[in-house]
Amino acid sequence: MESFLQQLINGISLGSIYALVALGYTMVYGVLRLINFAHGDIYMLGAYFGYYLSRLIQGRTPSHLLDAAVVMFLSMLGCALVGIVMERLAYRPVRRASRLTLLIIAIGVSLLIEYSSQVIFGADPKFFPQLIPETQIHMGGLILTNQQIIVLFTALALMVLLNLFIYRTRTGKAMRAVSFNLDAAKLMGINTDQIIALTFALGSALAAAGGILVSINIPGIDPLMGVMTGLKAFVAAVLGGIGNIFGAVLGGLILGLAEVMVSGYGSSTYRDAIAFLILIAILLFKPSGILGKGQVEKV
Amino acid sequence: MLFSNTMKNRSRIHALRNAAFVAAAAALAVGFSGCNKKDAAASDEILIGHYGSLTGATATFGQSAQKGIEMAVDAINVSGGVLGKKLKVIVEDDQGKPEEAQTVVTKLINKDRVVALLGEIASSNSLAAAPVAQSSRIPMISPGSTNPKVTSVGDYIFRVCFIDPFQGQVMAKFAANTLKVKKVAILRDIKSDYSVGLANFFVEGFKGLGGEILSDESYSQGDKDFTAQLTALKGKNPEAIFVPGYYTEVGLIARQARKLGITVPLLGGDGWDSSKLWEIGGAALNGCFYSNHYSVDDPSPILQKFVADYKARYGKTSDSIPDAMAALGYDATLVLADAMKRAQSSKPDSIRMALAQTKGFMGVTGNTTLDENRNAVKPAVVLEVIVDEKGNGRNKFKESVSP
Repeated sequence: MESFLQQLINGISLGSIYALVALGYTMVYGVLRLINFAHGDIYMLGAYFGYYLSRLIQGRTPSHLLDAAVVMFLSMLGCALVGIVMERLAYRPVRRASRLTLLIIAIGVSLLIEYSSQVIFGADPKFFPQLIPETQIHMGGLILTNQQIIVLFTALALMVLLNLFIYRTRTGKAMRAVSFNLDAAKLMGINTDQIIALTFALGSALAAAGGILVSINIPGIDPLMGVMTGLKAFVAAVLGGIGNIFGAVLGGLILGLAEVMVSGYGSSTYRDAIAFLILIAILLFKPSGILGKGQVEKV
Repeated sequence: MLFSNTMKNRSRIHALRNAAFVAAAAALAVGFSGCNKKDAAASDEILIGHYGSLTGATATFGQSAQKGIEMAVDAINVSGGVLGKKLKVIVEDDQGKPEEAQTVVTKLINKDRVVALLGEIASSNSLAAAPVAQSSRIPMISPGSTNPKVTSVGDYIFRVCFIDPFQGQVMAKFAANTLKVKKVAILRDIKSDYSVGLANFFVEGFKGLGGEILSDESYSQGDKDFTAQLTALKGKNPEAIFVPGYYTEVGLIARQARKLGITVPLLGGDGWDSSKLWEIGGAALNGCFYSNHYSVDDPSPILQKFVADYKARYGKTSDSIPDAMAALGYDATLVLADAMKRAQSSKPDSIRMALAQTKGFMGVTGNTTLDENRNAVKPAVVLEVIVDEKGNGRNKFKESVSP
């Protein structure tokens, strides 16, 4: 029982990271119907920005938590800029092209970021500085670290903020309108280019937050760290129903828990296989995902 | 009308620019290949190739080996070279990936025309490249691949280190006799030939000594989250955990194990040997042990001279204490040069014949004698990892085990 609860904690903390990254996939898909494969690499860039920033900032502010908050904020800002530049240079020029073109460009952007990062940052793993010193919290036989708790609550807070933004602000409403129908939104006087750029900025900032939160818990970062996490977050987004914010969170948590339970009680060899098995099963039985609306393709 | 004209012009300019670019690239390519041909034709040099992981998850293996090789080559060239010629090493980075290892070895053999190869450390990479060397009849010496399958690829493949059946036995004996533990759990890297092999040999040895294996979990190289496996292991209450992986994952595993309240020692093999291990694992590694090829605490004069020379040469960088991969890279190069001298030839076939007869060659990592399976038979040492709060680490010699 004790070990089951511990696995539950492990699964939720893994899942909340997938959820954060999945949110970016889902937002961009919701607005542009584009699967931005470079999203996992933005997550990696976030971790690297954090790595370099913490060397500058660590110890300069009154508390460790403030250190971490400043590093995270700046890194999110940096990735938001990268997201905007990426959209402007790679996706906007071909927005009217076929979806396949966009998809292939997304894969190209992803590879470009991965391999130029290997040149710029070096291909060997780097050790992410301990922004928040670890303390263990014992609850019966369960062990939690303060890092895990901070990570979990920051992830939750970001998701709640995102939700408030999308459903309670004018810009959020505009974003939903663009997602509903791009041309109609344009006719209503919405600056769609701006909204789309903002979507990329927000999604990228969330990915950066994910990158930093993971690195606080698991301090090894490398330029290819976004590949697998990106793929799994994509699975999470599809699982929950791509284009649906709650779906991304739900999908992330389900995937994290499934992986941990498979490693913990089954065989860890099949851990990654399970993630993709879930994807295949969902695509077979409920192509629109758990919370996705079944859509009739307009011809 | 005007509009379409400019469009046309623009596309014409594009086409022109592309053509110019292609032409420039072609000219460059021709230029480069021209240079290489001239180098290969130079007859006052003997070309040997080193392929290793200069970048990637096992980057310190390739970097250290390369440092050792550079030192050996310089030492040989200063004292007159081999057969009146200078040795020259061409180094290629395989990023620690087997498929990449195969590619760069093919390049070293076919394009650079090296007469012998040095590399790799990680067994999976050596196993990927060895068939290429074997079928091209170019002798290859692995400095540090310990998986037994590596040299069984063929009679052109050698190594200057011990093999895993011995290393597994060493750690099994250390666990059973020195640590006096009875129940051990295993956490192996399922993607690495080295890790899977070493885990099997450890299990065999430990059971043979009356020990019990409580559970056998696995992970894949590149994983970052090991909490699920470690929680499962913790539930079985092992007295030690054998983690025969590479340093990047081992460091993270140690950290996560301590976070989950696992306090028993972690045990491992020579894949732990890297200054990066201390940085990644930090104080979580205290009280952990691993088997290795040599210890810098060994008072042997030849070894101490190597350590001093290494520090003098690379002391400016953070990792100024040579790890085993540097020492093995050094020894592998000297063994190769020795074979060329005995063969009185730098022809691959003659080198191979001479290498097979290597006997009692005194190097930094001890006495190298190659057996009929082209493996070296050497003692192993067990080291304890000691890391302070700042991540500065060192290894403390515990015991030496002879085969």
